[in-house]
Amino acid sequence: MIEYLLEPFSYNFMFKAIWVCALVGGTCAFLSSYLILKGWSLMGDALAHSIVPGVALAYILGLPYSIGAFFSGLMAAFGMAMVKRQSKLREDTIIGLVFTAFFAVGLLLVSINPTSVNIQGIILGNILAISDFDLIQVVIISLICLVVLTLKWKDFLAVFFDENHARSIGLPVQTLQIVFFTILSAATVAALQTVGACLVIAMVVTPGATAYLLTDRFGRLIVLAVLLGSTISALGAYLSYFLNTNPGGLIVTMQTLVFMLAFFLAPKHGLLKTRRTIERLKKEGAHG
Amino acid sequence: MSAFIELKNVGVTYPNGHTALAGVSAKLHIGTICGLVGVNGAGKSTLFKAIMGFIAPTTGSVEITGQSVRQALKRNMVSYVPQTEEVDWNFPVLVEDVVMMGRYGHMGFLRRPSMADRQAVDEALERVNLSAYKKRQIGELSGGQKKRVFVARALAQGGKIILLDEPFTGVDFKTEDSLIALFRALAAEGRLILVSTHNLGSVPYFCDEVMIVNRSLLAYGPVESTFTQENLSQAFGGKLRHHQIVGTDLHDDADSRSVTVLTDDERALVFYGEQSAQKITKHEGKE
Repeated sequence: MIEYLLEPFSYNFMFKAIWVCALVGGTCAFLSSYLILKGWSLMGDALAHSIVPGVALAYILGLPYSIGAFFSGLMAAFGMAMVKRQSKLREDTIIGLVFTAFFAVGLLLVSINPTSVNIQGIILGNILAISDFDLIQVVIISLICLVVLTLKWKDFLAVFFDENHARSIGLPVQTLQIVFFTILSAATVAALQTVGACLVIAMVVTPGATAYLLTDRFGRLIVLAVLLGSTISALGAYLSYFLNTNPGGLIVTMQTLVFMLAFFLAPKHGLLKTRRTIERLKKEGAHG
Repeated sequence: MSAFIELKNVGVTYPNGHTALAGVSAKLHIGTICGLVGVNGAGKSTLFKAIMGFIAPTTGSVEITGQSVRQALKRNMVSYVPQTEEVDWNFPVLVEDVVMMGRYGHMGFLRRPSMADRQAVDEALERVNLSAYKKRQIGELSGGQKKRVFVARALAQGGKIILLDEPFTGVDFKTEDSLIALFRALAAEGRLILVSTHNLGSVPYFCDEVMIVNRSLLAYGPVESTFTQENLSQAFGGKLRHHQIVGTDLHDDADSRSVTVLTDDERALVFYGEQSAQKITKHEGKE
């Protein structure tokens, strides 16, 4: 039995997949804690699609495709931040506007140069077949993101909560924003190679959303989100061996299940608790 | 060292060519509360932004205690109290977390609070009567309590200069009075408080000085001599509700004094006396 359970670890590609998923899942979850607060949740979606023109160009120029992806994503992120700053358009509009523009240009480039890019590979990702070069890249990106976020999480919170106040206490607001969007782009690119464009979206939304239901303190929210993000990702990759499924699909399905658990059962904001409180108040009202 | 704000011929023209402010010169001193009044679009918030360094003046300069704004902010000399609508109250932070953010400038690279930081937070919360709400998520507070959280954050920061943006909008009368009492005490302890307000009626009640702006500085000086019907009419033009009850309607005798009520949306300002009277009555009622 134990041998059966340990079987995935005896395959190098499975072992790699499990810990890489955990690392990427944790990094994305950290970022999700911030994104869900500012209406930027679909940023992950936008960035994931925005990398297509970068990838296409990188192929045409013969560069590693992650570099193209990163710069393309970065441009999209700053494009969105800039439109937000200069106009009164809402976040959802800006995201829709910018990422479809990037995606369209990407598709055009691909159709001009048809054989160059395997879009399917980008959309779905493939953690089980990740090359060593990509692996090192993913690890380095994730570690840098995690270190920066861990050191500066309070500064990022101050900027996200009240930009003007952050400026008034002497924080370098603009630098912090640039750093945040840069690591977001980098993390999205890293996550793309593991779970693919569709599922990056879930990885930078769901863990933060689940943790938000469980706590009122941002520090705890981050810890919870990262724990959820990394353990569920690792577990999903591990179980995918036995179920013989795509790990990305399994990871996101499991994350959603955990979100639903929190949605119904969370001690303070859960549906059951809210119902019970309302009933109790009604009863008290009847007695009083 | 006494803190002051010196505005030297400050003018702001936005990139779209709109000149929001021109030629503002004034020197504000510690120990006073200065009210900043004017119609919407008169340049109140532009002046605030210039003092906070959020925008660079296109002409002139702002100095804080002889230093540039940037240096002053780095040294935590200026605290800013925004309007409550400016932040999202659903953020998963507690009251004490928000007040602690006021201390970030005093902390090291990792923003780990020291004993002194915790103490400053506790004292600030005590000061605004929110100690009991320390562990509440900020969205659970009432409108007046939210204002007080921001004031506490400014106090925890410890700046000698406090800028308040419309602190009285949407608070009840009692809260307003307690805030005013707090501001008076803070000024008396040696702080400079600059308050932008719509609330004309309460200006004589709590301000020592007043700046009346409309694209430029129309008048600046002590409330008694500056906050006059003449200056206000000039600043607000037709934009204030203006009721005058003349002497013959008011009295049965030959007394020619009249009552003038000026109001925009908050507390009314009441003048009682000869036509262009200088005397200010402190009126307590709200419309």
